[in-house]
Amino acid sequence: MGSKLIILLVIILGVIAIAQLVRVNELTAKHSGRREEDIPHRDNIFNANMMLAFMIFFYASFIWLMLKYGYTGMGPAASTHGVETDWLLNLNFVIIIAVFFLTNTLLFVFAWKYVKRPGVKAFYYPHNNKLEMIWTVIPAAVLAVIIILGLRTWNDITGEADPEAENVELFSYQFGWTARYAGMNNVLGEFDYKLTTADNQYALKTRENIELSLQKMLVGGPGEEGIQMIEDKLNDESVVMAQADRKKLQIELSRKERMVRLLEQMALTYNDSIDDLVNDDVILGDSLVLLVGQKYNLAMRSKDVIHSAYFPHFRAQMNTVPGMTTYFKFQPIYTTSEMKDIMEDEKFEYVLMCNKICGGSHYKMKMAVTVLGPEDYLNWQKTKTTYDGSAWLNFDDRERAAKEAELLEKYKAIAATVAQ
Amino acid sequence: MAALAHDGHHGHDHHEDSFVSKYIFSQDHKMIGKQFLMTAVFMGIVAMMLSIFFRIQLAWPGESSDFLNAFLGDRWAPDGILSQDMYLGLVTIHGTIMVFFVLTGGLSGTFSNILIPLQIGARDMASGFLNMISYWLFFLSSIIMLVSLFVETGPAMAGWTIYPPLSALPQAVSGSGLGMTLWLVSMAIFIASSLIGSLNYIVTVLNLRTKGMKMTRMPLTIWAFLVTAILGVLSFPVLLSAALLLLMDRSLGTSFYLSDIVVGGEMLDNVGGSPILYQHLFWFLGHPEVYIVLLPALGLSSEIISTNSRKPIFGYRAMIGSILAIGFLSFIVWGHHMFITGMNPFLGSVFVFTTLLIAIPSAVKVFNYLTTLWKGSIVYTPAILFAIGLVSTFITGGVTGIILADSALDIAIHDTYFVVAHFHIVMGMSAIFGMFAGIYHWFPKMFGRMLNNRLGYVHFWITIVGAYGVFFPMHFVGLAGAPRRYYDYSVYEGFNSNSYEMMLDLNVIISIFAILSALGQALFLFNFFYSIFRGQVAPQNPWRSSTLEWTTPVKHIHGNWPGALPTVHRWPYDYSKPGMEEDFVSQITPLMEGEEEH
Repeated sequence: MGSKLIILLVIILGVIAIAQLVRVNELTAKHSGRREEDIPHRDNIFNANMMLAFMIFFYASFIWLMLKYGYTGMGPAASTHGVETDWLLNLNFVIIIAVFFLTNTLLFVFAWKYVKRPGVKAFYYPHNNKLEMIWTVIPAAVLAVIIILGLRTWNDITGEADPEAENVELFSYQFGWTARYAGMNNVLGEFDYKLTTADNQYALKTRENIELSLQKMLVGGPGEEGIQMIEDKLNDESVVMAQADRKKLQIELSRKERMVRLLEQMALTYNDSIDDLVNDDVILGDSLVLLVGQKYNLAMRSKDVIHSAYFPHFRAQMNTVPGMTTYFKFQPIYTTSEMKDIMEDEKFEYVLMCNKICGGSHYKMKMAVTVLGPEDYLNWQKTKTTYDGSAWLNFDDRERAAKEAELLEKYKAIAATVAQ
Repeated sequence: MAALAHDGHHGHDHHEDSFVSKYIFSQDHKMIGKQFLMTAVFMGIVAMMLSIFFRIQLAWPGESSDFLNAFLGDRWAPDGILSQDMYLGLVTIHGTIMVFFVLTGGLSGTFSNILIPLQIGARDMASGFLNMISYWLFFLSSIIMLVSLFVETGPAMAGWTIYPPLSALPQAVSGSGLGMTLWLVSMAIFIASSLIGSLNYIVTVLNLRTKGMKMTRMPLTIWAFLVTAILGVLSFPVLLSAALLLLMDRSLGTSFYLSDIVVGGEMLDNVGGSPILYQHLFWFLGHPEVYIVLLPALGLSSEIISTNSRKPIFGYRAMIGSILAIGFLSFIVWGHHMFITGMNPFLGSVFVFTTLLIAIPSAVKVFNYLTTLWKGSIVYTPAILFAIGLVSTFITGGVTGIILADSALDIAIHDTYFVVAHFHIVMGMSAIFGMFAGIYHWFPKMFGRMLNNRLGYVHFWITIVGAYGVFFPMHFVGLAGAPRRYYDYSVYEGFNSNSYEMMLDLNVIISIFAILSALGQALFLFNFFYSIFRGQVAPQNPWRSSTLEWTTPVKHIHGNWPGALPTVHRWPYDYSKPGMEEDFVSQITPLMEGEEEH
């Protein structure tokens, strides 16, 4: 990018030229006997006028930005609570923009108007309790309104989820997302990070997975030595090993033994109903598909570091934290195709992205989100299979048609709650 | 008693200092203040350069730049394209240096040191030796932070807030290796420096005021430095403990912040810790830190606005009250950084309430500044330009705080560029403007020479236009949903092309303003270093100011006043007082018969 360097050079030379000009000015000042501490009238007037000019330029730029960029971007809120927070945001903007213009105008106009003029003495005005009381009480009153409205909305958003809400889990890792639907029983299967293996990425808790992890600890797996192998190695007198390596292996061994104890405990408390919870879950690695009008209760967890599930169009966001589950509930109100029309953008899609710094590819950590109408959602659901490989909508063939029609009616009723 | 002891000490203190004891291991507060300033100016240049590097990437993503390659080499900018890891490293170190080394060490370190003894009428700080230690620890921590830029795995890359687990796990990002260790060590030393300095400031202000310098006759600068130092003493140790616990998690296998983690295919043993705990500890410092940065700037500008509009600061006692109120409230608002971390929402509500309360003393301060300017007789030194600039940025950045403090509204804009705009304007710009104002105003006191005013004017107008040009459009980028700390915004390309184009356009504008305002600082640097050696020799009281520092000789002497310490008879803001001959009355002038103090 040679051209950019040239631009930089030109700018640097420009600055140097200015510096030289100012030095010339300094020399003439010395010649005329002007001293730095005595600010000439001309300089005072120049800066005072600049204050006014700057204010006008500043406001004009602000208005230009508002007109050009104020209404692009995220578009209208696509969730029920988002409509409320957008309303509140607009109200807050009206208040703060008014304050912004009022106080900045006073500042720059005073700075322009009360510049030193010959023969005019400043007005000695050390305090006025009444005035100070006014500008303590008025902001306090305005803030009280803001606080009350804000907290009311906040309580709605963070309150208990509707028991009817569908449970979906968002699982985050460097650098991607996975969605897990709770399935027909609407209860998410349990998980435990100790069960993480190559075959059980999401650490879901089933009898098979517990066995799998135990096996991995005891006999090892691809690229990993099991307890038996380590013990053999440590006990084999024909193996020559550095003291430090031996120590490392011993630590590794005790780690694994501890893990085995924990897994065995887990196996003891296991019962078959736990399998059922996991088996009907539906896992989606590439996208999150939602039914318009459905209330969702998202449970979030993280595999490695903190991430944040940010849905700009739904005005929804919650961090995902390793070691704890976080929740956010919302209800989408526009299908993707409706939103395409609203945004006048054929390519528009909802998106879930990571909004907490999480490593080099943080900026690429995203997942597509699609909101479908009742028919589309049902058709999509029909193509999905659960954790144990059966169909999501696992109906008996004889009653399939009736059950599906029933579901469609239910979905239509759900969609109708947010129809415009 | 203390004053007497100092007098005695002063009597035999005219021996010649060696170069080392005068310029390097000096125990004189004026020299130490200048050392802080020089270090901060250097660190500021570094941090600004880092920001230019990543602004180039943001404005022209994926385009090759010789400039980047020249500075960052093939390791971090192969083919002239910034690597995505180093992008995070630059962002992290830019933030760290600016917040701690420039705006804390630089601002408070410089001006508390220079002004506290001079404005309260003391010979020096309570402990010159500790003061010296404070500077050299600061210097050492600066060096370590700079060194971390050059380690092979890169500097810390977890953002300046270094949230674990990212900062605890070298497997998660390369900067969490040696770079993060150096960051933590540097900060631990920095905190020690800050604590020693702050204790010294507090003790000096409380004990070494000259006769007549009642607390209610102290300039607002001193009030600001005092409350700042108290905030530092109470909050920095919490960051220190947070950093030590993190070091233990990293090196000793503890689990304070870690639980249930599988990273890079490795299952970690740590269970039972909480990453949220770190955030509580961090922000318990982190929020008072905002005011540690801001209060000195507000104090300096109070002094400068009053002096140069030739009017007493309006509502002196209300100003003190609001400094105290802000200081107190700043300790109970930290949770507003954590609304969406999974913290109990009820706790969030409490923090909404306390945070919005801070707007009240802040509003009082703004209106008092405005009333001070009203019917003044403003003399446009570069100092008051920057002070007025500060009031403007304090308003502009402050009002958006009302939105961010409102948890329900924060959900959609948390961690977006709206936040970046907010804190850069209200904290970054305001504090830097306060610092520039202070440098222009007290340069004659520091170096015995005058800065060139007209260069100062050009510097100011470039800086305010440039800085607003950088940070104001960021509000719009943020409202369009652009997360901060993103290497590029191509994520929006396939989803929402309107947003994407807008972010691209504005990022170019922002980066051009950033480069321009960075170049504008060359004017300041030129003026600064040129004037130290060749500037016009300063008179004793160039700005016709009534505070004590202008009663000392232009040429620095150890002990500040050649004879006895001055006695104070009035508050520091007797400007344009009716019935007085001059438009200012020095604090050492006794009250005239029948004159009311104020």
